[in-house]
Amino acid sequence: MVKILYFARLREQLGMPGESLALPAGVATVGALREHLVARGGAWAEALDAARPVRAAVNQDLVKADAPVNDGDEIAFFPPVTGG
Amino acid sequence: MPVIRVQTEDFDAGAEIARLRAGRPEVGAVASFIGVCRDRNDGSSVATMTLEHYPGMTERAIAKIVDQALGRWQIDDVTVIHRVGELRPLDQIVLVVVIGGHRGDAFAACEFVMDWLKTQAPFWKKEQTPEGARWVDARATDDQAAARWGAGAGPNAG
Repeated sequence: MVKILYFARLREQLGMPGESLALPAGVATVGALREHLVARGGAWAEALDAARPVRAAVNQDLVKADAPVNDGDEIAFFPPVTGG
Repeated sequence: MPVIRVQTEDFDAGAEIARLRAGRPEVGAVASFIGVCRDRNDGSSVATMTLEHYPGMTERAIAKIVDQALGRWQIDDVTVIHRVGELRPLDQIVLVVVIGGHRGDAFAACEFVMDWLKTQAPFWKKEQTPEGARWVDARATDDQAAARWGAGAGPNAG
């Protein structure tokens, strides 16, 4: 299982702060996980569409789409940050 | 040891500077930045602003930025305090204090920490305006400000 977290606009669009998910076979990177979630359709397809600027973190480090994901990871998806 | 805090409460910049400088006669420069909540943004008046963060990762991301600054400049210590929750115009949002021997490095490190915090630390702002609530979009100018420190800089470098 992996723990997935959603923040800000994504959390609102998806209607949840996060979920636990058994990593599907063949999903080995953050990018592949995002595609898997988009394939759910509806709000998922809209919020995580490849054209949208979505950032990702694995175990609380910002990563690119080719970063590996493994069982037990904490993976977060969120919009570009706007602090300060 | 750098102090990094994410909190809902306001902060007292004078007290934080005094605490950071205490017992350090080698310090000749204190550079600080305070970001505050404006009453207008992108053509709308802003009634309140709510800041969301990613507990754990936010502190970790700021710590990485501060570590980079400590390695790059001749500075002695850094404090970063960032507020979350609901804020109003005039409220303070963020404090960065850098102390060091001389002003040049203290100024540069302070600006570096702010520039990278704005592009790397997971905070998100939502504004309440007369037209309704809206998430603030990231600005390309913030990415440009961080990029000018060099392609090899930043918390994800190396």
